[in-house]
Amino acid sequence: MEILSYLVDGLLLALQPINLGLIVIGVSVGLFIGAMPGLGSVNGVAILLPITFLVPPGSAIIFLAAIYYGAMYGGAISSVTLGIPGASTAVATTFDGRPLALQGRASLALVTAALASFVGGSVANVLFTLFAPPLATLALSFGPPEIFALMLLAFATFVGLGGDDIAKTVFSICIGLVFASIGFDQISGQPRLVLFDISGFLHGIGFIVLAIGVYGIGEMIWTIEQTRGEVTTTTPRMSVAGMISDTREAVRRGWKGTTIGSFLGFFVGVLPAAGATPGSLMAYGVAKLVSKTPREYGKGSPDGVAAPEAANNSASTGAMLPMLTLGIPGSPTTAILLGGMVIWGLVPGPQLFVNETEFVWGLIGSFYISNFAALLINLAFIPLFIWMLRMPFTVLAPMIFVLSIIGGFAATRDMHDIWLIVIFGLGAFFLRKFDYPLAPAVLAIVLGPIAEPTLRQSLLLSSGDPSIFFTRPIAGPITIIALVLIFLPALKFFRRNKSTESS
Amino acid sequence: MFSKRKFMCLAAAATMLAAIPVQAFASDWTPRRPIDFVIMAGPGGGADQIARFIQSVVEKNDLTSRPLVPNNKGGGSGAEALLQLNSARDKDHTLLVTLNSFFTTPLRQEGLGIDIQTFTPVAMMGVDPFVLWVHKDSGITTFEQFVEKVNADDGQFVMGGTGKGQEDSIVIAYMSGAYDLNIKYIPYDGGGAVAKDLAGKQIMATVNNPAEAKGFYENGDFVPLLAFSDERMDAYPDVPTMKEKGQDFSYYNQRAIVGPPGMSEEAAEYYRDLFQTVYESEEWQNYLQSESLSPLPMNAEETREYWTKQVDNHRELLAEIDD
Repeated sequence: MEILSYLVDGLLLALQPINLGLIVIGVSVGLFIGAMPGLGSVNGVAILLPITFLVPPGSAIIFLAAIYYGAMYGGAISSVTLGIPGASTAVATTFDGRPLALQGRASLALVTAALASFVGGSVANVLFTLFAPPLATLALSFGPPEIFALMLLAFATFVGLGGDDIAKTVFSICIGLVFASIGFDQISGQPRLVLFDISGFLHGIGFIVLAIGVYGIGEMIWTIEQTRGEVTTTTPRMSVAGMISDTREAVRRGWKGTTIGSFLGFFVGVLPAAGATPGSLMAYGVAKLVSKTPREYGKGSPDGVAAPEAANNSASTGAMLPMLTLGIPGSPTTAILLGGMVIWGLVPGPQLFVNETEFVWGLIGSFYISNFAALLINLAFIPLFIWMLRMPFTVLAPMIFVLSIIGGFAATRDMHDIWLIVIFGLGAFFLRKFDYPLAPAVLAIVLGPIAEPTLRQSLLLSSGDPSIFFTRPIAGPITIIALVLIFLPALKFFRRNKSTESS
Repeated sequence: MFSKRKFMCLAAAATMLAAIPVQAFASDWTPRRPIDFVIMAGPGGGADQIARFIQSVVEKNDLTSRPLVPNNKGGGSGAEALLQLNSARDKDHTLLVTLNSFFTTPLRQEGLGIDIQTFTPVAMMGVDPFVLWVHKDSGITTFEQFVEKVNADDGQFVMGGTGKGQEDSIVIAYMSGAYDLNIKYIPYDGGGAVAKDLAGKQIMATVNNPAEAKGFYENGDFVPLLAFSDERMDAYPDVPTMKEKGQDFSYYNQRAIVGPPGMSEEAAEYYRDLFQTVYESEEWQNYLQSESLSPLPMNAEETREYWTKQVDNHRELLAEIDD
């Protein structure tokens, strides 16, 4: 087993004192960067890139990869405790993590997130170790039509997400798509929908801006309105015995979501262009779709926490695959890592695996170690985060507000985005009052910028013939499954109406 | 974290500093705040890599007392970055890392009201040539075969690029005009995505900077057919140039550092010295070589002349695309 001997070498390299130390520091830093709303792995890696010149390239990338890993774990923390997604990759975690916390089960949610992240990371590491080169070939066979088909599938899994009211779900998706199209039209190369000629709209509406607005500000206003200013505190349990029983429950009620998230997330992560955010949202959609109790989703299902958390970790390892085997970034964070490799004097590309064996396998070895370190560090910090939740809402609400604003500003350093966050927060509150589901809008603003160009590229390729989505060997089956899923609820609805008529 | 009193002290000190006339620093100006290092592209692309590389050289050799803080403003083909520079409040602590959208975006989006001649030239770090690539499985090994194949495909030959009005599309448009080629052009959102789809044979050819295609070239996947440089490139000595084919055309991506309109002469001088040091550093010289950039040293006046020439060139080239 050649691979195994490489892997052992890699693990030994990652376990060298300096590297191990960097992993522990990196994971801890990443955990807090991830937990800080707005700041995600992209910012963390970009900010810390220059300080990696103090160490050899192998150690430098191990450090950055550890930050990346830590951030994936950390994103879940503020999603659960505050209801604001800590990073774009953790938005889906709020859907069920927040309700669990409100029920006083924050520690269950956090333990589930940590375990699912660990399993997701481990599954991805094993798949990466065993199948990297063939998976790279698979990634290359995904052209624009295949990616678009996959995006269609993601939308399809979400049509059912907003509950029974399909019309409102579709409306919400449409709003998200309109927001996604603001800024710049890649195909014609011209700015578009630059509202009121405000230059801030030139960079479009960032996904994180919408997510912080909707889940940070919107959720806060909602809670204030619901409680009518009455001070509410949840008093979550916090004991070793409690955590052990939570672990048992997390395994029992979260294994399905974890399994789905681990495999799906890895696969989506491997495809360049997608990355961990779509991966985690799709995993949530699919886990709900195949669940026997879909109604629990959105109300505090451990599976609903496990699926996106397993997926975002697994996808972030997956995104390293095209980076290392092809020299092509699979996500914004890996794009910056790739830049780092150039700075360190490495040539990214298909030859990297052959020429820089020690570097590549040292990095892969560090994935295993980082993943383990992140689990332990995360579990150790859970009591601290739970303690935060004991604060009365009158203290927590201003804190959430401040964190939302700072986080939103930190990501783009643009006041324009802060005003948008506030506007989105208010908008989200009113939409929620009228029972509009907001998750589909958030999904649309993530997937829209991938779906629209690939749709138009495909149609350019085929000279406007839509059969391109059905005749290609990979795109065809995906498109058909997606269409079936989209029309299934409509069909059910139609049948149900028919049966009520006949009875 | 600052205590309140400390913060007040700092604020007071800052006000006092601001009140001191600029002349006081005339002899040896140094930055007093972190420098906003605006990049005309999103994170991860070619321009971003160069900006971060420059930042890393500065950081590694400890060349400034205040850090360069990379700030990606890729929106609207760099329009956002140009606007940011044009209206920079702190004119002495804002710099822009350019690519050719520096010339094309103000031409294509006249409503922006940007006149690049008002900007302050700081440094020309090098120019990036372009090369025409095909996949090895296409069996094409010369430019003549390429022209033959495009004609045989009669409008079904697909090339990918980074979008209408972008550097590669200008080269492709010129080439198509000169050889009467009918090419189907698919826009992507970055050079990396273009290279990936050529490797996956979703598209048949691309025009890329060597840096973006190098990995695949070294692996034997990509075949270079034609260079759009003035002379044959050192890294690709067997690849003929378009000039050798009898067309008077070459095209480069400008990798330059530019200051906002109204940057003080003292600050401009400081940055010129700074980037001259970066330019001469071993790291940057190695980078120029490994990424096949050509040096094009010029002073501020020469840079302005170069800009005038480039704007005129691009006006003509863009007119050809829009036809």
